[in-house]
Amino acid sequence: MSSQSAIPNPQSAISVTFTLNGSSVTVEIDPADRLLDTLRYRLGLTGTKEGCGEGECGACTVYLDGVPVNSCLIPTYQVRDRKVETIESLDPRALEAFERCGATQCGACTPGVVMTAWWIRGHPDLLRTHTIRELMAGNLCRCTGYDGIVDSIKEALGER
Amino acid sequence: MNALLPESIPEALDMLARDPAAVPMAGGTDLLVHWPVRIEAHDRTYLDLSRLEDLKPLTWKADELVLGALTTYWDVIRDERVDREFPLLVQAARQVGAIQIQARGTWAGNVVNASPAADGVPALMAYDATVVLESRRGREEVPLDRFYSGYKEMRRRADQLVVAIRIPRRTYSFQIFEKVGSRRAQAIAKVGLAVTHSDAGWRVVAASVAPTIRRCLAVERLLETGARAGVSSSEDLSPAIAQDVAPIDDIRSSARYRNRAMARVLYHDLKDFWGPLLERRPRADPLP
Repeated sequence: MSSQSAIPNPQSAISVTFTLNGSSVTVEIDPADRLLDTLRYRLGLTGTKEGCGEGECGACTVYLDGVPVNSCLIPTYQVRDRKVETIESLDPRALEAFERCGATQCGACTPGVVMTAWWIRGHPDLLRTHTIRELMAGNLCRCTGYDGIVDSIKEALGER
Repeated sequence: MNALLPESIPEALDMLARDPAAVPMAGGTDLLVHWPVRIEAHDRTYLDLSRLEDLKPLTWKADELVLGALTTYWDVIRDERVDREFPLLVQAARQVGAIQIQARGTWAGNVVNASPAADGVPALMAYDATVVLESRRGREEVPLDRFYSGYKEMRRRADQLVVAIRIPRRTYSFQIFEKVGSRRAQAIAKVGLAVTHSDAGWRVVAASVAPTIRRCLAVERLLETGARAGVSSSEDLSPAIAQDVAPIDDIRSSARYRNRAMARVLYHDLKDFWGPLLERRPRADPLP
């Protein structure tokens, strides 16, 4: 195909700068790119998984300004000048309780589950108003039946 | 896809005036669902509200609570005063997805998404909330119970931006929020109800049983008048419910189930108010 073929392109790239896992990054993105796509396909951080693509399963959970969100529902341009953290940045200890409690099986949900679980561990005050199960309701796991996940979070909280 | 990225409310209103087809986007939790396969949605222009800091705060005033257009469910859940004064807002917010959605989804977004199955809108309507719209032509306020004119149709001109939701502070003697869904979490309502009573009277608001969230004026009249004395079973509510709502069969439930569930939930939750006697009746069997 000729490089001059006139494909109309109304989409203009946007330059987005944000803090990713503690470092500043700048990427040229298409306005239609979701944060999930930018992380996985532009920045090579494939630990964040795509599950349902509709904000239900939580496999794509990342932190935006310290709070768990679904990266499949965020246009990348909305994170400019904000702080994004992915599973790659997490303390390796985040997985230890999961391993001990059998909180993972096939692994598809695990990055998202660990993100939310580690956030709960960092905010134990939430447990005054919420149960662990309610806080974990945005992360679906079809293997474990959740008991191992809840047990591991309890254990991690006890370690504090 | 085109994205307009305003840094202030006046700039956003200018952009919307120039391009009224632009879709305002707050948390994106409705607009980005299944995004990669919704190619037609990529042809539109979106107006990003995320930098409009003035729209974020939730503000307590002497006689009202004001939710900014970017106030999220999580903002409301974390404000202990909301739980004391407007508990249905917190109950509704905790039914919306889970933390990942609650942290992003906004009350104003719930209003303009106009889903008949919305969780936040019934609670807002039961508290007589008012929608505040702004455009370059000025400010307009529309009571939420008159905001919807049909399925996904509302009294918002394309150049108007919802900037706030005002909720009058009142003393409530009765308030309940009910959501009948397939599961406890991450489910969309088959039937939703928010009911309040204050000096302003009864408000009975139903979700998922009509093309819009709506007040059930016939049921409210029953509660306001002596006619409630004639209600001694959930079936007795059926004529009023039939005037107020028109549920359909869809992927989540059937019209028949929705009618029955709504009648039984209303009957049992308000059992102290039906019938001539004040004696408590035993609760009947749980819903099927």
